[in-house]
Amino acid sequence: MDKLFRWLFGNRQQPEVKTQDMVNTAPLSEQQLHAIVSSQNPRFELQQLIASCGQSVGKQRELNEDSLLALTTTMAGNSGNMPFGLYVVADGMGGHQFGEVASNAAIRSVAGYVVKKFHPYLFNIKSETVEESFQEIMQAAVSEAQRAIQKEAQGSGTTLTAALVVGQQITVAHVGDSRAYFIYPDGRVEPITRDHSLVKRLEELGHITPEEAANYPHRNVLYRALGQGEILDPDIFTVGFPQPGYLMICSDGLWGVITEQDLVRSINEAPNLQRACQNLVNAANAAGGPDNISVILVQLIG
Amino acid sequence: MSDDRDDKNSNGPRQLQAGVTLANRYAIQEVIGIGGMGSVYRARDMHFPNVTKLVAVKEMINTAPDPLVRETIVQNFEREANLLATLHHPSIPRIYDYFSIESRSYLVLEFIHGKDLEAVINEAKTFLLEAQVLSWSVELCDVLDYLHKHKPDPIIFRDMKPSNVMINNNGDVMLVDFGIAKTFQSGIKGTMIGTEGYSPPEQYRGEATPSADIYALGATIHHALSRRDPRLEPPFSFAERPMRRINPAISAEMEAVVNMALEYSPESRFRTAADMKQALTTVARKTGALVRMAGPQTGPVNTGSIKPLWTFKCEDEIRGTPTIFQGTLYVGSYDNNLYALNAADGKFQWKYPTEGGVVSRPAIADGNIFFGSEDKRLHVVSVRSGKVTWTYYTDGPIRSSPRIAEGHIFIGSDDRYLHAINLNTGRMVWRFETADAIRATPFVTNNLVYVGSESGDYYAVDFRGELKWRFHAKRSITSSTVGTDQALYFTSVDSMLYSLDPRNGWVLWRFRLGKPSISTPCLMDDLIFVGAADGFIYAVEARSSKEIWRFRTEHQVNGSPIIYKDSLYCGSVDGNLYCLEYRTGRLRWKFGTEAAITGTPLAYDDIVYVGSNDHQVYALLA
Repeated sequence: MDKLFRWLFGNRQQPEVKTQDMVNTAPLSEQQLHAIVSSQNPRFELQQLIASCGQSVGKQRELNEDSLLALTTTMAGNSGNMPFGLYVVADGMGGHQFGEVASNAAIRSVAGYVVKKFHPYLFNIKSETVEESFQEIMQAAVSEAQRAIQKEAQGSGTTLTAALVVGQQITVAHVGDSRAYFIYPDGRVEPITRDHSLVKRLEELGHITPEEAANYPHRNVLYRALGQGEILDPDIFTVGFPQPGYLMICSDGLWGVITEQDLVRSINEAPNLQRACQNLVNAANAAGGPDNISVILVQLIG
Repeated sequence: MSDDRDDKNSNGPRQLQAGVTLANRYAIQEVIGIGGMGSVYRARDMHFPNVTKLVAVKEMINTAPDPLVRETIVQNFEREANLLATLHHPSIPRIYDYFSIESRSYLVLEFIHGKDLEAVINEAKTFLLEAQVLSWSVELCDVLDYLHKHKPDPIIFRDMKPSNVMINNNGDVMLVDFGIAKTFQSGIKGTMIGTEGYSPPEQYRGEATPSADIYALGATIHHALSRRDPRLEPPFSFAERPMRRINPAISAEMEAVVNMALEYSPESRFRTAADMKQALTTVARKTGALVRMAGPQTGPVNTGSIKPLWTFKCEDEIRGTPTIFQGTLYVGSYDNNLYALNAADGKFQWKYPTEGGVVSRPAIADGNIFFGSEDKRLHVVSVRSGKVTWTYYTDGPIRSSPRIAEGHIFIGSDDRYLHAINLNTGRMVWRFETADAIRATPFVTNNLVYVGSESGDYYAVDFRGELKWRFHAKRSITSSTVGTDQALYFTSVDSMLYSLDPRNGWVLWRFRLGKPSISTPCLMDDLIFVGAADGFIYAVEARSSKEIWRFRTEHQVNGSPIIYKDSLYCGSVDGNLYCLEYRTGRLRWKFGTEAAITGTPLAYDDIVYVGSNDHQVYALLA
């Protein structure tokens, strides 16, 4: 019978996958991670997410108004394990408007909502998929966060960039001017979110040039933020995980301060993701650290 | 602390119930509005026992756990009360009372019999009349002018938008919600007072001048006349959607006034609200808008007289889709035949008779043409001779189109099986049983075969005929799938356009269509195009599931759109083949056939081919 199939479908023998013997151990040791990073084309039998994050209050602020969440696991199912991750950065609006309350509330409610939705799939075996789509779940999570902020910190606001990873799909919900990027091994840095800031909008409309934008006096002004306005229209979209490559989420305390070259160097020179995050935070502080710094780096291997 | 716990246990702060009396005076009747910080109630003032005096009670619930936040909020509320108390204008509600009870503060205001402009816009079935909007706009200019001339300091309203404009039962406007008409606070990041979509660029920078109110009034009029909610569009994008393109009944004069109010730089706008009022009354005089209440409702006429290059008549309806191969067009008909026609001139070459209607799209491989028939068979015919090569029997009529991949033919049948047939031998390799008839065309990618069934189930089957995963929609899936290795797209009779992860069947997003759909989506440049039984052709962004445009035909759209160069072609049950600009959905032309079009057109070498239920195949210049 097997022969018949081979004859019918052509000889589709799977090439022998060369896997190292430590592939199934978790968590991976530094050396193992180093081997992954340095190896040009790491092959892993099982797909898995690895993530790390870094935060700093910066050099000029007294208070940290950024909030961050990184959750990495696998969803055990009948047809194999699936990577599952949730990564969120929120940057609260500064001054006397209780930005840290808002960014905290945002992280808590988004993560709470999403994890509750996936709870039956993470901790029970279900053959059917969830009825709602990833995008609907993220939309509802953002609405939940909006309500929480209006209750806990009326008048305040926060940015929110949240990425839900299930399998190889990333579903992003985004409001404000924190950013998500894809960073490729060849040094390409591709922002996948669009800032909801006045300066970006003016640039899009052609009222100011990118050079003027870099020195624009009101660079911090947002036209859309969580907690503000009665209709909240977050950007929600789904994209494939870059392979090979990284997903990076960060606040403007990082992207507004360091250059793309520094960014790529910080990552490429690091032996692992943890050190890469440290390098990024250090680079932002070395450049003056004018604002709170938050960064998450995620990699999908296998 | 106890407040805190209360809030956690309840689903948001509790509303007052009808029958509750506040301050021993205001008997709550019902909720008439819900804001970010509390509700607005209609109440009766019991100090007037012999007449029914209604008041509006605006409530602000302080839910902030932080004492500093709480204090700021109370101050803001008091500011609104004090400000209102100094104002006297027929378009501004009077304030009667102000008090606080525990964590709630209340403003008692004149009750307005009527509804807000946002509700008026949303409830209207069609565009509001220009004359009507114009007269409200004149009144709004009046009240803005009053506020801007306030002594000692001008008052900037800062939040002009349809939901803050009440239209009372006399048809006059009232400006409500002075909650943010206050000094501007500048935070380190992102001060954003005013409402996204209606506010001018300078307001985001913290500048509030009379000119900002003029811009927001322009935005409000734009929304009222175009029915496009600016909160759902990028900021400052009014110029990208001229009102007259959306609603051709609007006069050029009116559009000019609105455009001037919406000028990017404040210097280019009307200098004062009085100037804008002047301009509006001039429009009224010129267009006679205030006298003539009904404007002409003419749409743009893009339909020229298009002549087909050729037509060919079969003996019964053409419900399926043609295929082209080496200069020959192949099309099945309900008269049981498959026709081979010269694609250039429509000349008959041969026909192949089956014993049932041919309603699908033929496929071509290795010099043979493959197609199913309602006679339950998959027919394989030589393209050169039109003679049979082999046939394959299923146990039900075949309405699914064959998909050829990896040396196999995959086809569904009403016998509920997905059949995998060897391309060379015509022998079954396997069949996969589903819950109901399969009318959709199988789709192959990632070494899996994907197909929907009339039961609403959707299957991913590997090349050995084994189920990888299954997804269930609420109604049948007749639409075929299009996709990439990132996502699968199909529609269902449950009125959804689905996007699924091809590896595991998780739903990436769902897009709600107006009615059920059996139309197969078409994919181009990160856009998905699809029809539905509500008569619309939709364009949806593949990444974000955001609607880009929709185009209305006169009847159901059951066939699928195709893209050729920069045009979209799609038939409708209204009998027309539509040609739209695919990026904008604007109509280029339409061509009327004599009966419904249910198949999908085909475009090749600048010619569009389409079959119609009027028994004819048409060839048109693309």
